[in-house]
Amino acid sequence: MQTESPAQGHSPGVATGSDPHHGRSYVIGLAFAIVLTAASFWASSTPLVYARSLPILIAVLAVAQMGVHVAFFLHVSSAPDQANNFLALAFGVFITALVVFGTMLIMANLNHNMVSMDQLMQMQR
Amino acid sequence: MSATAESLGVNPEVPISLQGPAPARVVAGFGFWLFLLSDIILFAALFAAYAVLSSATAGGPTGAELFDKRHVFMETLCLLTSSVTCGFGTLAVTRTDARSVYLWMMATFALGVAFVWMELSEFVGMVSMGAGPSHSAFLSSFFALVGTHGLHVSLGLAWLVIMLLQMSTIGFQPMVARRFFCFGLFWHALDIVWIGVFSIVYLGAH
Repeated sequence: MQTESPAQGHSPGVATGSDPHHGRSYVIGLAFAIVLTAASFWASSTPLVYARSLPILIAVLAVAQMGVHVAFFLHVSSAPDQANNFLALAFGVFITALVVFGTMLIMANLNHNMVSMDQLMQMQR
Repeated sequence: MSATAESLGVNPEVPISLQGPAPARVVAGFGFWLFLLSDIILFAALFAAYAVLSSATAGGPTGAELFDKRHVFMETLCLLTSSVTCGFGTLAVTRTDARSVYLWMMATFALGVAFVWMELSEFVGMVSMGAGPSHSAFLSSFFALVGTHGLHVSLGLAWLVIMLLQMSTIGFQPMVARRFFCFGLFWHALDIVWIGVFSIVYLGAH
């Protein structure tokens, strides 16, 4: 196997740390992920959570679980030898947020400005 | 890999500019990481379309009427467990332990097939109920988003079969190990996309 020097960067997906700790990160990640998944499915089907706050709770749990997957499964961190991987990830997250929230904002605005069908029919008279 | 720079044969006194190109494994891993991020931006566009169209049901069935949360929970567990078995499989590749690689990667394959089969059975059930992709804008965007994810998982399964065949024929060449690592990244990234799918599409159904 080829050796990697810290200065030359670090491939994502490769666990750092000594051998026995490799497998442990997947087990810890699995435990966290199962707890978070179960929590979001439970929250969506229980009457105990105030219904209007539910989307925010599920979003928080989803972001937490994505963080767990990135840290424990993909082994991407903000360590100095991972600066390239981390910067690329930050840019990807930025573009994703821009596409999703930008689309939602623009479409909601267009929808708001659109003349309703009833008014359109009245204008044609 | 916790080894210090000295034990790896790299002299820390040598400036980065004189250390030569990074090893192929780092270059391939980073390049594939960039591909995965661009693939996630593709999914972002599909998520955006779904978010805009999810209430445009055109008088047809809504998500809350169509989705079975227990079914989705089983799908999620399959994909999550396959992500972990894939992780153990890539660790076995670093140890060049062929038997463990077969064991873990076959488990990954079986769980991935179970996921795709459950997803297909859900799609077939919806289409036979008359809730196919042509029924409403909501269903078009649903099938586009979830179908694209399912297609990625299916292509990943085909890739996994090819990797196991390569391992059995040419053995643990450095390029085979690199491809296994890239496959692991791909599989973990699909699991991250699935978190978005079940949170927004299935649990956020209204």
